[in-house]
Amino acid sequence: MKASPLAVARLVMARDLRLAFRKPSQLLQPLMFFMIVATLFPLSLTPEMSRLRDAAPGVLWIGALLSSLLALEFLFREDAQDGTLEQFALSGQSLTWMLFAKTCVHWLLTGLPLALFAPIAAAGLGVPAEAMWSMVAALALGGFALSLIGAITAGLTLGARRGGVLLSLLTLPLAVPILVFGADATREAIMGGTILPQMQILGAIAILGVTLAPLAAAAAVRIGLE
Amino acid sequence: MLKVSGLHLWRGDRHVLRGVSFDAVAGQCVLLTGRNGAGKTTLLRAIAGLLDPEQGEVNWRGVSARGSRDEFHSELAYLGHEAPLKGDLTGRENLHFAIGIRRAVTPAEIDAALTRTNAQPFADRAVRTLSAGQRRRVALAGVLLAGAVLWLLDEPTTNLDADGKKLVATLIEEQIARGGIVVAAVHQDLDLAAGRLVTLDLSGIAA
Repeated sequence: MKASPLAVARLVMARDLRLAFRKPSQLLQPLMFFMIVATLFPLSLTPEMSRLRDAAPGVLWIGALLSSLLALEFLFREDAQDGTLEQFALSGQSLTWMLFAKTCVHWLLTGLPLALFAPIAAAGLGVPAEAMWSMVAALALGGFALSLIGAITAGLTLGARRGGVLLSLLTLPLAVPILVFGADATREAIMGGTILPQMQILGAIAILGVTLAPLAAAAAVRIGLE
Repeated sequence: MLKVSGLHLWRGDRHVLRGVSFDAVAGQCVLLTGRNGAGKTTLLRAIAGLLDPEQGEVNWRGVSARGSRDEFHSELAYLGHEAPLKGDLTGRENLHFAIGIRRAVTPAEIDAALTRTNAQPFADRAVRTLSAGQRRRVALAGVLLAGAVLWLLDEPTTNLDADGKKLVATLIEEQIARGGIVVAAVHQDLDLAAGRLVTLDLSGIAA
């Protein structure tokens, strides 16, 4: 009996989670990178809280973006090398669906922890406590959109021998809207305003990503396997 | 059931497959022979649909394999050069996840397949710590578990000891006996009745 789509998604996710917990260093690396960037800024910029607070949205979002680029490397590369993606493509199940499950786990393991740990870094940058929840929400949503966009570019660079630089070059322009609206949301939150409009735009990008990115990633992976 | 007609395929500027055609009916084994670089792997990958041939067609049960890809793939098991296993998982876990995405599989079935390929003693060790031959035995258990009609095997005996080579031959014979089809690049004699074994030498038609 052919496995149901739900069972497939559950297995793909369980497998990636188990692998991640067998090798936690890979998981912690992007998070560590983000924390280091965010803590080095106050040391190098100025100890003056009011000026740090102005720079905080930019620092947090650039840190999050670069750290997500670092994490993207791990999304498909190993699975491509050991033949797992090949078996996915030949399983008779929807490759689009399996890659979507993989991308969700990727966000769960990189984007979400980053958003949850961001308040520690943000406190050092003088972000007021009232703004924390809004900031975490924006980072989590933006991170999800970043993972989805990254799935396309990670798929596209599978065939490239040293895809790391190419991956960054392809991803960064696509990620700029997320950076702009995400940082704007955080700035607004720090000033005590509403972040609803920015969250709506980030949400729209994420929904667009959910509908299109897995399809594009699956097409890209199939080409990459040739 | 499997009909390959006039496959032409280029890799860069090399014309690797030059009009390969063959038919295989249920209960038949097609042995691919030919020197290194003759295009055995390329042909297997093209049949599986991993490579897109410039010309020609692969038909499965009378319909284009490309057109009904998911149906074709659910009846297909492909084993390439490398055993498709995760180093950080055990053999048993690997099979649980890899076969589970194809069909519902019970631990007892996995046990039986591992026993069949003599992979039981090391099934609970991380694959990273296994030898190449041991990995291959785990991967062969996966092929058995897939429950596929069509097996595409690329040098399935690589890294296996004498006993393992015999095992591969037996597994192929059993697959044929239950009406399956095997297309394999194998360097050994198979004890199959005439008519059940077709040999396709790619050296003649390939570059």
